[in-house]
Amino acid sequence: MIAIEGLSKTFGPIKAVDKVSFEVARGEVLGFLGPNGAGKSTTMKMLTGFLPADEGRASVCGFDIATQPIAAKRKLGYMPEGAPAYSDMTPQSFLSFIADMRGFSGAEKKSRVARAADMTNLRHVLEQPIETLSRGYKRRVGLAQALLHDPEVLVLDEPTDGLDPNQKHEVRQLIQEMAPQKAIVISTHILEEVEAICSRALIIAHGRVVADGTPAVLQARSPRHGGVVIKCSLSAANELAPLLRRVAGVADVKIELSGLFVQALPDMDIFDAVRVAARQRATDIKEIRQERGRLDDVFRMLTGGASGAEILSQSAA
Amino acid sequence: MNALCTVFKRELAAYFATPLAYVFIVIFLALTGALTFFLGNFFERGQADLSPFFLFHPWLYLLLVPAISMRMWSEERKSGTIELLLTLPLTPAQAVIAKFLAAWCFAGIALALTFPFWITVNYLGKPDNGVIFASYIGSFFMAGSYLAIGACFSALTKNQVIAFVLSAVVCLLFTVSGTSLVLNFFTGWASPGVVEAISSLSFTANFEAISKGVLDVVSIVFFGSVMALFLFANVLLVNLYKAR
Repeated sequence: MIAIEGLSKTFGPIKAVDKVSFEVARGEVLGFLGPNGAGKSTTMKMLTGFLPADEGRASVCGFDIATQPIAAKRKLGYMPEGAPAYSDMTPQSFLSFIADMRGFSGAEKKSRVARAADMTNLRHVLEQPIETLSRGYKRRVGLAQALLHDPEVLVLDEPTDGLDPNQKHEVRQLIQEMAPQKAIVISTHILEEVEAICSRALIIAHGRVVADGTPAVLQARSPRHGGVVIKCSLSAANELAPLLRRVAGVADVKIELSGLFVQALPDMDIFDAVRVAARQRATDIKEIRQERGRLDDVFRMLTGGASGAEILSQSAA
Repeated sequence: MNALCTVFKRELAAYFATPLAYVFIVIFLALTGALTFFLGNFFERGQADLSPFFLFHPWLYLLLVPAISMRMWSEERKSGTIELLLTLPLTPAQAVIAKFLAAWCFAGIALALTFPFWITVNYLGKPDNGVIFASYIGSFFMAGSYLAIGACFSALTKNQVIAFVLSAVVCLLFTVSGTSLVLNFFTGWASPGVVEAISSLSFTANFEAISKGVLDVVSIVFFGSVMALFLFANVLLVNLYKAR
């Protein structure tokens, strides 16, 4: 449904997007991750036809955005960064305008506007000027606008930015409900969101794709993945450390603030062995659990925020 | 075409959604009245025509038209709605034309609301209504040309004040290019052809040509070309600057 091939964009001396390629199929929710300024928004702007690409191609449902822009834009719902809307209009008149632009009229226009307003819970603010709405409602107006024509491809730039936890939950639920019939791309830097709703995550740094996979596969790239966290007193930790180092499959044991972290060799499941060994000796173990690796850590490692060693030496949250 | 109509309607409604339209219309009518009756000596002249009324239109437009046009694109760029507008199924050229037509239509409404002058002069005497009609058409086309210039400069910057000042200066150049102030500057060294070309760019001279009553085709074509040229530049500037 979405195909991007070698997309590049340069602003003056800065290469904002550097040969980015990916595809998104129906039913997929792609989480587009990256630090601020990594090129997420620029890629989305090129995909939606707002910015022309310097190199490469992007197509929506088979329509090339550069050569068949109108056909491609018809298939596309896009919420730009910050959910811009004409602030002197009311959500009702704004959504009617969008419905007109999408070619709906009469009863169908009415029902489309009502449906989009219902999906995003805008019903009771429909007659208030958009400039008087709170940030959460403004964001929902932006979302309603993108959903109005029930597009096959949905591109949302930071859909939950600035929302409170309840609103975030609603928006995520909405995205999940729509997911089976659409190809959805969302950009975000909230990593729990990726774990919650995305079937695939793509990490971009300095304009390049540095990782592409399911959230679980990305988590596995953390140096802490597969390791075991043991919470215990410091004296117990000192006692256990040399013992655990001898367990098969253990790469290293680190003493942390609240206990121990046992690092596994790649692709080794050491949980059972470590648990048995630890229980034999120590008496005051408060908690023992296997670490899956946090997406945050992988993100920081891949985007240059921290090295693998730094992440290893951090105590588990 | 449908998309163009929709944007046109939204834009025109947007003028009336804010006090801008009402403030503009009231000031435009008050100023035309003041200029016609006091500076133009409408009554003292004792002639049944509207020439003192139309005489000041270029100068009024110079001040007021950039005030309509300044927000046209700079506001879209500042608020980010340009990204919304240009990712809807419509071409940048359609967006430029729709916005321009809405502004031109708004200027036309303001101009049409000066009809009490026409009634007054018809009540007081027997004016040549053909001349008055031609002058209205000329004034409308001149307003469109000022608007096209203003729209073009509005696409150049996110700052409405800069857009206003730039368009007012360029409009001024077109307004005064027929006067001795400008022509004397060129007569000394430029060839007569160049001087004539510059003087023929004058909005005032072309407006006067139309106001004489015979709908001067050359001048109508002149204003039409100015609009086409600046709207074409407008499309280029929108594409060039939209993302900055």
